[in-house]
Amino acid sequence: MKDFEYCAPSTLREAVALKAEKGEAARILAGGTDLIVQLRGKRFAPDRIIDIKNVPEANELSYGPRRGLVIGAGVPCWRFYNDADIAERYPGLIDSAAIIGGIQIQGRATFGGNLCNSSPSADSIPSLITHSASCNFAGPNGKRSIAVEDFCTGPGANVLEPGEILVSLQLPTAKKNTGCHYQRFIPRNEMDIAVVGVSSHVVLANRGKEFKAVRIALAAVGPIPIYASAAGEGLVGKTVSDEAIAAAATAAQEVATPISDMRGPAEFRTHLVGVLVKRTLEGAIARARGKFVANAVQEAAG
Amino acid sequence: MSKAHVQTTINGEQTEFLCEPRQSLLEVLRETLGFTGTKEGCNDGNCGACSVTVDGVLIDSCLMLAVEADGVEIGTVEGLATPESLHPLQQKFLEHAALQCGICTPGFLVASKALLDHNPDPSEYEVRHWLAGNLCRCTGYDKIVRAVLDAAQEVRASA
Amino acid sequence: MSSGNGYKVIGTRPIRHDGVDKVTGRAVYGGDTRLPGLLYGQVLRSPHAHAHIKSIDTAKAVALPGVKAVLTGADLPEAGDTIVDLGEGPARLKYMSDNVLATDKVLYSGHPVAAVCATSVHIAEEALDLIEVEYEVLESVLNVREAMQEGAPQLHADMTTQEFGEDTGKTSNLATHFQHKLGDPDQAFASADVVIEREFQTATVHQGYIEPHNATAMWNSDGQITIWTSTQGSFTARAQTGAVLDVPVSKIKVVPQEIGGGFGGKIPIYLEPIAALLSKASGQPVKLIMTRPAVFESTGPTPGSYVKIKMGANKDGKIVAADAYIAFESGAYPGGLVGAAAMCVFSCYDIADGLIDCYDVVLNKPRSFAYRAPGSTQVAFATEHVVDLLAAELGIDPLEFRLKNSATTGTRRIDGVVYPKMGCKEVMEAIRDSDHYKSAAPSGSNQGRGISVGYWFNVGLQSACTASVNSDGTVSLTEGSTDIGGSRTSIAMQFAETLGLTAEDVKPQVVDTDSIGHTDVTGGSRVTYATGWAAYKAALDVQEQLCARAAQLWEIEADQVKFEDGTFSSGDKSYTFKELAGHLDETGGPVIGRATVNPDSGVGGSFAANIADVEVDPETGKVQVLRFTVIQDAGRAIHPSYVEGQMQGGSAQGIGWALNEEYYYSDNGHLDNSSYLDYRIPTCLDLPMIETIIVEVPNPGHPYGVRGVGEANIAPPPAAMANAIGNAVGVRPQELPMKPGRIVAALATGG
Repeated sequence: MKDFEYCAPSTLREAVALKAEKGEAARILAGGTDLIVQLRGKRFAPDRIIDIKNVPEANELSYGPRRGLVIGAGVPCWRFYNDADIAERYPGLIDSAAIIGGIQIQGRATFGGNLCNSSPSADSIPSLITHSASCNFAGPNGKRSIAVEDFCTGPGANVLEPGEILVSLQLPTAKKNTGCHYQRFIPRNEMDIAVVGVSSHVVLANRGKEFKAVRIALAAVGPIPIYASAAGEGLVGKTVSDEAIAAAATAAQEVATPISDMRGPAEFRTHLVGVLVKRTLEGAIARARGKFVANAVQEAAG
Repeated sequence: MSKAHVQTTINGEQTEFLCEPRQSLLEVLRETLGFTGTKEGCNDGNCGACSVTVDGVLIDSCLMLAVEADGVEIGTVEGLATPESLHPLQQKFLEHAALQCGICTPGFLVASKALLDHNPDPSEYEVRHWLAGNLCRCTGYDKIVRAVLDAAQEVRASA
Repeated sequence: MSSGNGYKVIGTRPIRHDGVDKVTGRAVYGGDTRLPGLLYGQVLRSPHAHAHIKSIDTAKAVALPGVKAVLTGADLPEAGDTIVDLGEGPARLKYMSDNVLATDKVLYSGHPVAAVCATSVHIAEEALDLIEVEYEVLESVLNVREAMQEGAPQLHADMTTQEFGEDTGKTSNLATHFQHKLGDPDQAFASADVVIEREFQTATVHQGYIEPHNATAMWNSDGQITIWTSTQGSFTARAQTGAVLDVPVSKIKVVPQEIGGGFGGKIPIYLEPIAALLSKASGQPVKLIMTRPAVFESTGPTPGSYVKIKMGANKDGKIVAADAYIAFESGAYPGGLVGAAAMCVFSCYDIADGLIDCYDVVLNKPRSFAYRAPGSTQVAFATEHVVDLLAAELGIDPLEFRLKNSATTGTRRIDGVVYPKMGCKEVMEAIRDSDHYKSAAPSGSNQGRGISVGYWFNVGLQSACTASVNSDGTVSLTEGSTDIGGSRTSIAMQFAETLGLTAEDVKPQVVDTDSIGHTDVTGGSRVTYATGWAAYKAALDVQEQLCARAAQLWEIEADQVKFEDGTFSSGDKSYTFKELAGHLDETGGPVIGRATVNPDSGVGGSFAANIADVEVDPETGKVQVLRFTVIQDAGRAIHPSYVEGQMQGGSAQGIGWALNEEYYYSDNGHLDNSSYLDYRIPTCLDLPMIETIIVEVPNPGHPYGVRGVGEANIAPPPAAMANAIGNAVGVRPQELPMKPGRIVAALATGG
């Protein structure tokens, strides 16, 4: 790997200036669990690395009834799955945080980095999409926000301008009768990249018998994480039933465009979309009805 | 590129070093500072042989730049034993024959120590879940898991 | 503490002698080598699976500040047509040399083409990018059956097929074709009531040791070369390096550092000659450590295979005939492992008539090497599947069927070998008698149980030991077998047992090639057997010398001194070992025992078996291991914890091989999954506790009855898993790995 300049700014303004100065020749370092591997693999050869972990805005992890949940781009996974407040309100998010790599990776890896890495198989992105999360950027021209589902543009590509930085992710306030669940399929029980990942987010009405709002998102079955809007919208107003769930699974399969690679053949991946949409919808419905569905950490804790 | 000056604490000892920004914490620990107990197995965060703690958080030192270590506290395998005795985990690894070639052992010990610091009474499943980021190719993990469970009991008993 | 087997030390579980160093991080592995003035090397590897090297221009790399030397295949001595046998059977030196650094052709993606050393590893890496290699890319072939076909891309213009021991003169990727035949298989099949034939394929897999290959070398100006490396055999590494460098072995000292796993994959050399030549060119010590992708792309793997098994049995449940067609990948160079597979394929059964037809085939993958019972797992997967099908067809319980047909002492195998005392039937009986087998098979939906057996013949070869008696009554034991999993202790325990000492009284150390007699590789499950035997003999030598010392003190003849239970005595006079050790000064000085052995005739093979309970998720095809038992004949378990450890480790590797591990190549021959992330060895969350049952049928060919236990345990797991999956979901896979997508596809088509 080529050597580079390392900067660790302590203000957002400074970070933006450092990034804007170099544009694409500067890369942001959050947890580094993707970036450092990519530097070694020569996917990037930046002149400057900007470590954002000393930037207060990137370190924020807070929940408020009006702002919802703010996750700074430098906050590692372990910080929010160990936060009881977040774990209780956003269990579908913890499903993702608890399975990104092993414990060592979770000690460093961030959702911000996972999003900016923009891999189609990223475990956090489907959950962010179904939670209607937005990303907050800062750049030389000020701040802006967009929906997470509009962030990725291709494998490893996204809408960030060369001078811009992802500062934080913001999720709306957790509402009642709401449940979300993320599952991925991997051949081992840990440490793998998703062959397929699915997040389902439901709001139920009519004492939990009817779908009021549904968002479904898919990982590793297209060039970007896919927001399967039609699959979710098709459930709205319907009674919760196996048939309705099966129809959503089929609708999600229709928007999946997987490739065959070492992680699995395309046909198998399409099949898994159906399986995981069904399983995650069931998990999300159970959570919306107040039932406990364990994430990976809770599963370990029995 | 000029070298960075880093001040850090390793196993309780304040230390400082110069490094290139591209050098990983693992590389500096091993090649510059001589902490060769921390091993390199894959250099991409998938084997856990280079596990260390940074401010008490378990990480792979191959995935952290050495320059990021400024002002932090690092814990390595060399810091587990005291001059008087081995850490109970080290002792139990020996008693249970929880190592064969031993290359993964430092990583497992550091990771297990972090587990017990965080959860002194783990179940077998919790041990397996916590250690899934540490690969061992020799033992089939059976004796490692038993050693960790046994050490946990001993640590609790002596607490 | 007594082990209850009549021995005082053998069968107990002392803490290993190198244990504290290994849990404190102080043990020095190859990669930990630090020397003054150390330079760092890196190797440039071919991105193409098959290509002519038209030119290599290193000028820009040489000019990079910090670079001290650059090397290409042209810098290796001309290898010529010499045939060498350097621990892996006869091989052409040219092939060994070309595998270290390619000259005219690259034969697999990852084939080394150049090397650099510099003042930092990063500068060396930058220099690699400055080396310009012009390739003429050729079509590659990656499947063993395709490689055998007429018109397949040819790897070696000068390689002709050896058939039934004769050179056919025909250029082909088929290196060798041979057969073993016993009786009249055609007639026996004709007489069989049931005949079942199935085809099997297994993927190329890697040993997967956690420590990457490494070598550090210093080539002094006086021509003396020192190499610090992690190797399974320091003498073998010395011989191979000497051959490739065209340097006499006496000029090379190999210092074996601690080794972080090998499983057969650290018998061949890769980096040692490169480190030496870079040191010669730079005048400084040079260290090379392979990257993890390089380990997968360029070292090891064990062969992928195509196997066809046909077996016939009578209605009364006797197997009457068996045929095997075994085609193995040997990778880029010939000399693969199909010969060992032939010895193992029907090794567990008494079959009077059979044919084993074997093919060793080159193709565009790294040269394949041994991996724990090399060749046995692939064929056990096939045979044990067909055995289960035969039992089902005959309506006989699969274990009863195996017991009825078990090979036993005196059975002649189809490859001609007649078994000495062995424990195949005892291992099968241990399945029957186990808690696991006696408990009800899992009865949930998509759950099932499978069993299987497997074999490894083990080897003897040469070992040396010296033992120096210390004045405090301890012994410093010196040996040359690199310790890959606790063998210092299993050797020291045999020494201690012989002299009535404790394991802790013996201080074993593994030393360099200048400091001990020739000792062959740590492989073939030979170390506890052969080096243990050398330790036993060295102990007898010490005993004899100490008898003479006691005689001197008592002023009697040496043959009047008795040695029993650690005590030298004559009449009412006696010395304990420790007491007598205190009298060495006055009786002539130091006592050093020494011994060498080459005990090929006494080798006892080992059988292993598994019981596997699994659950299959029929929607995702994922298989979870619910319960797993491994049974193995150890002859005599010297240190039971480390015997269990071998059994558990082999089981875990076998389960990985069964479920997920494979070399996944793109169509152009690039290895796509050259990382732990995507190669997917089992994590601890993928496995249950692995129950062990040690069977002891002592080997009469060893003073303590030892059978090596390192290998046979990897043979049965994939077959046991396949049989369990078959019993769980009705589809018994015929291809490894039995990965989720494959299971789902098989369930969809009913097989």
